[in-house]
Amino acid sequence: MHALANPARFLRIARPLTSWLLLVGLVLAAAGMAAGLLLTPPDYLQGETVRILYIHVPAAWLGMAGWLCIAGASISQLVWRHPLAAVAGRAVAPAGATFALVCLVTGSIWGRPTWGTWWEWDGRLTSMLVLFFLYLGYIALGSAERERGGEGRITALYGLAGAVNLPIIHYSVLWWRTLHQGQSISLTGSTIDKSLLWPLPVTMFGFTALFCAAVLMRMRAELADAKVEARMRRLGS
Amino acid sequence: MNPWPFVIAAYSVTILATAGLVLWSYASMRRSEAAAAAFKRP
Repeated sequence: MHALANPARFLRIARPLTSWLLLVGLVLAAAGMAAGLLLTPPDYLQGETVRILYIHVPAAWLGMAGWLCIAGASISQLVWRHPLAAVAGRAVAPAGATFALVCLVTGSIWGRPTWGTWWEWDGRLTSMLVLFFLYLGYIALGSAERERGGEGRITALYGLAGAVNLPIIHYSVLWWRTLHQGQSISLTGSTIDKSLLWPLPVTMFGFTALFCAAVLMRMRAELADAKVEARMRRLGS
Repeated sequence: MNPWPFVIAAYSVTILATAGLVLWSYASMRRSEAAAAAFKRP
């Protein structure tokens, strides 16, 4: 990670990587969604609504993974003062917030025909909503600190503190057995039949690639803005 | 209850939000990099 501390070196890698991630992400996300809509059988219990799985699960994963990246960037900034850590944290936040919102909206749409309600103050749903609000707070704090010319240390501390919510989201279905179903996919296996499961890794990889492409593009924009600001300051002095 | 309007609504939300995020990030990157390049030119 320290090898990427030099922005010029980072940009040399990020420029070609952005296009590749965009291309791979678009192809995989489109193929996975098409397969989920057209090629898999309906579930014996949920029927056709099970197809929402192929977009809801990647959105939930990216909403949580986004904050994990923010926590990692915060540690990197506070401990090693990595010059790109604050930039990375600020770039991840809008992408993470988008997918947290997609997770909430698609979950709500899935809940109506399955549970008979759009919303319930269930442990998983509420902790995910808290994550979305944490993202909004991070975005506001990050831009306020940047405008004031701060180093982003308060934002980094907020990013670390907010990571407490991640295990709450993960274990919420075990701690509070309410409406949301328990964990059906883990590192050791899945309770979902293979005939239904196979498009899920495709959409997971596809949306993850698009997420990474969006983050890289936002980082490149921030670095270009910083370059302009530095030159303006030099001209002004 | 017909499930397809729910499925279509969920997919539409996801596609629109993802496309919005990617296009917004792309536009920001192009605008900022063009400004930085213009500043560099004599």
